[in-house]
Amino acid sequence: MEYLATLFGSYWPNIELTAWTLMKIVAIVAPLMIGVAYLTYAERKIIGYMQVRMGPNRVGYFGLLQPMADGIKLLMKEIVLPTASNKGLFLLGPVLAIAPAFAAWAVIPFDATLVLADIDAGLLYVLAMTSIAVYGVIIAGWASNSKYAFLGSLRSAAQIVSYEIAMGFCLVGVLMCANSLNLGKIVLGQEGGLLHWYFLPLFPLFIVYFISAVAETNRAPFDVAEGESEIVAGFHVEYSGMAFAIFFLAEYANIWLVCTLGALMFLGGWLSPVSFLPDGIWWLLIKMAFLVFFFLWFRATFPRYRYDQIMRLGWKVFIPITIVWIVVVGGMMQTDYAHWFH
Amino acid sequence: MADMVFTDFVFYVLATILLVSALNVVTTRNPVHAALFLVLSFFTAAGIWLLLQAEFLAIVLVLVYVGAVMVLFLFVVMMLDINIDKIREGFWRYLPLAGTIGTLMAVEMVMILSNQYFVAAKSVSKPAGFSDAAALGSVLYTDYLLPFELAAVVLLVAIIAAIALTLRGKRESKSMNPAEQVVVRKEDRLRMVNMPSEHEPKPVDTAENGEAS
Repeated sequence: MEYLATLFGSYWPNIELTAWTLMKIVAIVAPLMIGVAYLTYAERKIIGYMQVRMGPNRVGYFGLLQPMADGIKLLMKEIVLPTASNKGLFLLGPVLAIAPAFAAWAVIPFDATLVLADIDAGLLYVLAMTSIAVYGVIIAGWASNSKYAFLGSLRSAAQIVSYEIAMGFCLVGVLMCANSLNLGKIVLGQEGGLLHWYFLPLFPLFIVYFISAVAETNRAPFDVAEGESEIVAGFHVEYSGMAFAIFFLAEYANIWLVCTLGALMFLGGWLSPVSFLPDGIWWLLIKMAFLVFFFLWFRATFPRYRYDQIMRLGWKVFIPITIVWIVVVGGMMQTDYAHWFH
Repeated sequence: MADMVFTDFVFYVLATILLVSALNVVTTRNPVHAALFLVLSFFTAAGIWLLLQAEFLAIVLVLVYVGAVMVLFLFVVMMLDINIDKIREGFWRYLPLAGTIGTLMAVEMVMILSNQYFVAAKSVSKPAGFSDAAALGSVLYTDYLLPFELAAVVLLVAIIAAIALTLRGKRESKSMNPAEQVVVRKEDRLRMVNMPSEHEPKPVDTAENGEAS
């Protein structure tokens, strides 16, 4: 350490900071990748049980090594570049899909002190990052030079842009309650047990947020962008091997992300629901897993929405609900019930 | 001192990317590539704003322009049937007019930038707990409330105008009314018929059957 410090001279503080930050990033991304891998396993297992099947049970005990086997299989496969595709953009698509899904985790607080970048406008940053994720889908669909892929990307773009508005309005309600855009402060604003969490005063917004989150991540019943029965597999029909897998990694990383945000903003984050139990990161993990379970449950339960029904739900039902509730919250803040929020 | 050098370095890298991508927006032949280069230039501009400690503006630039406006733009451009010969057509015909406007804009820029009142503002270093968003919000909703409301009304008019433009002519699409669909009752759609049960048809002799098939 001393030797390195003398070697780099005045640059050492910068280099030390960079190295330390990189280590923190690895400490966030590595568990996230494991979470993503085992979410695919959990999905297959849970949906299997819901449909009275066994799910994967061959590789390892209870099929626990199945994600590893799948990963190795996908890594070994060839990535086929379609002749008529736009090569550069074709390869850029998966990168643009996964980069924002990981970048957004920079501002997520796991604990009162455990956060990579405690920035003031954290909520806006997350919203900005999730809004760029759509480029991966659009570019992949266009660069593939295939009709199915193109139709899938158009559907996806329209859907994500529509539901982003409703989602943004839900977040407006949260930041009105918390008086802050900082995710840590939003969680601390919900201190005092289960009854002080924002999902109670913002119940309609919580429901709209959660359904919009399902639509934003292109999950069933809003998975028209894939629509196997109509457009084969949507925007990633031309992708194979690891390039194909990257889209799935991004999708599952986004599921974890929106569930974490939901847990932070509406369910009190790392705070304990009752006063006699200590706060801690495990509460956040339990709440995340609880919300993620709903994603799998939805997929096993609901049939796919029709495209015009999706658009109607987003524009004509969710956006009016959120606007009305924001006005209600604004009114409540002027009354004696304002103590619900702070 | 090392800190200063590092931010300068970041600025020059971002500025180079910004200039190159902005040039590519106007020179590239494929409209989709042009739109994507515009996205890249917005993104790097946001990075430069971050260097100026304007984090709220930088994030909003990404959120609004990159995340919403350019997605819709790309949405339209992607659906175009790209014919590069058509795009190049009329280049010489439009050159005099375009050249005049371009020169005029360049002259205006020079006049503004060389004005004695236009001096580069010193970047103000803010205290650690300073909230960009809160400061901007309080100014916007107190001192500049009237212009803000005016802008909102203009936007509303634009929205209504856009809808009115698309609604011209007779409506011929067979759209559904979900409210009607939801209230539909069994009696409207289903008719119960009472009829005697069918009997097993009499066996026909094999010769006739063979002919028929």
